[in-house]
Amino acid sequence: MPIQTLKGALRVPTLLAIFLVGVWSHSSGLIDEFLFYLPDIQFLAVEHLWLTAVSGSLAILVAIPLGVALSRPSMVRWAEPAMQVLNVGTTIPTLAVLALSMSLLGIGVVPAIFGLFVATLLPITRNTYTGLMGVSPALKEAAAGIGMSPTQRLFRVELPNALYVIFAGIRTALAINVGTVPLAFLIGAGGLGELIFTGIDLYNPVMMLAGAIPTALLAIFIDALVAMIAFLVVPRGVNPARAAAQA
Amino acid sequence: MIRLDNLTKVFDTPKGAVVAADHINMEVPSGEICILLGPSGCGKTTTLKMINRIIRPTSGKVFIDGEDTTGMDTQTLRRNIGYVIQQIGLFPNMTIEENITIVPRLLGWDKAKYRERARELMAMIALEPDAFLKRYPNELSGGQQQRIGVARALAADPPVMLMDEPFGAIDPINRAVIQDEFLKMQQELKKTIMFVSHDIDEAVKMGDRIAIFRDGHLVQYAPPDELLADPNDAFVESFLGEDRALKRLNLVKVQEVIGGELATVTPSDSLETALERLDDYGYQHAIVMVNEKHQPIGIIPRSVAQVSRGICHDHAQQVPATVQLEDDLRKAVSLMLAQDVTWLPCIDKEGRLCGQITQRDMTHHLGARFRAQQDVSRPTRLLVED
Repeated sequence: MPIQTLKGALRVPTLLAIFLVGVWSHSSGLIDEFLFYLPDIQFLAVEHLWLTAVSGSLAILVAIPLGVALSRPSMVRWAEPAMQVLNVGTTIPTLAVLALSMSLLGIGVVPAIFGLFVATLLPITRNTYTGLMGVSPALKEAAAGIGMSPTQRLFRVELPNALYVIFAGIRTALAINVGTVPLAFLIGAGGLGELIFTGIDLYNPVMMLAGAIPTALLAIFIDALVAMIAFLVVPRGVNPARAAAQA
Repeated sequence: MIRLDNLTKVFDTPKGAVVAADHINMEVPSGEICILLGPSGCGKTTTLKMINRIIRPTSGKVFIDGEDTTGMDTQTLRRNIGYVIQQIGLFPNMTIEENITIVPRLLGWDKAKYRERARELMAMIALEPDAFLKRYPNELSGGQQQRIGVARALAADPPVMLMDEPFGAIDPINRAVIQDEFLKMQQELKKTIMFVSHDIDEAVKMGDRIAIFRDGHLVQYAPPDELLADPNDAFVESFLGEDRALKRLNLVKVQEVIGGELATVTPSDSLETALERLDDYGYQHAIVMVNEKHQPIGIIPRSVAQVSRGICHDHAQQVPATVQLEDDLRKAVSLMLAQDVTWLPCIDKEGRLCGQITQRDMTHHLGARFRAQQDVSRPTRLLVED
């Protein structure tokens, strides 16, 4: 195949670079060293995912109803101040949140889950609220004018139309969550952070990478998983991804 | 029937109370379209939305088919009123079928029945059910979407419909088509309809009655012809525009103005006969030649009849234009202007000649109401009680 474009021209050096990195990492024994940590990685990844799953689902279970409640007309008065508080919450570094939760709840899994829960809660609540507020007033009026009760309006019109934005919030939140779990090791909750921080302390880059690379892969995997769920769950008419796929 | 009894809405704003609708009294008889017309901020939309309580009335009552709706449950009330809005408001998360059947489903119809109804409605709005029912609103054009919007409002066959500038967001060509389709549907459905518009031409075309609003008051409530012939005050007059007499041309059919029996000649008559008849009947310009079915096939101008000899068949000229009995005067005038003539032969559905229409007839007909109002003192048509 003749090379005609810049993209095509770059393909060859890229493949070559990947090949060389592979050769180098094999000849230097990096891969063997890495494989030495494989049992650890497996065990810790499960722990890692478990922390994400528990804190993430708790956050979703709390954040969506909270976002819905804030978007109700009767709550308008409280919605803006509440969103301000949540926004301030987002600016606090996750490490600080974990440290605070440790000082309240002690060491172990429970304070870690609580800290992760708080960090995850904010993006989902905010997106749920913004998504629902973004539903066009004309749709709400049409729904009301047709004779839907407020509950029917919420479940048949508002939530389905806000779903894409809500899912975007969940994606962001879970990606942050997976990336934050390593910090939970610092308050004694385990996870892949064990390899990362121990690796740093022992000046053992391979050990650190054995924690960091799986963490990154997990984050990508979770993000793709949620994206896939969104693709399937969000109705076709309000799903930009599927509209593009159709066209 | 929709009856509004002292319907009032006062909005509390930071600048103080604003009266958006002030003691509105009016009645729309069953099966008629009433257009609420006025400049923006005049209270027409507020009045409309108080009927299905999208806006809660401050005071006053709404009667639908004689029944006071004040005590009625809001959801029940709304499910029995078709509602069409300018922004269309189709639910983008639902297919066309789900959108159309939403009210029947809320009312708990069984599946077979509402699916059948969806196909029926699609046929009514002239969209192919198989091609459209499974699609989503964002895959349709604006005109198609608003047709679906109308179908959705009609789904549960409500006796009353409220339409808030339903065709306002559609381009002019499509708008005219949808208006015609809607009028055709209404001829069969006979719904009682309240329709907000800010377009005087739309109002004249669609309305059985027009209610003109200004600053929260109902200023005049009358059939379009009466409104155009006899505006209540200077405001209504200026709102209707200086060409309001021209707008009446849309409202009058040729058959209402048509002049009586028209003398004719046949192709075998001689030109002398033609000239005789022209003189007998006092026609200045020409006489129409008809075939055995009494269809106009040509004209014999006076000038030709005077100077030539022979039979009409050999000297006839082409008929400039004809109008049908169902055409409105606007078309007749347009043809006259285009053909530079002052009269046109009128034909019925089979193409048979049944009379003529002249400029004089038209001005006389349209002026009749004006002259009548010069003679008698103006009757009060205001329904507002102060």
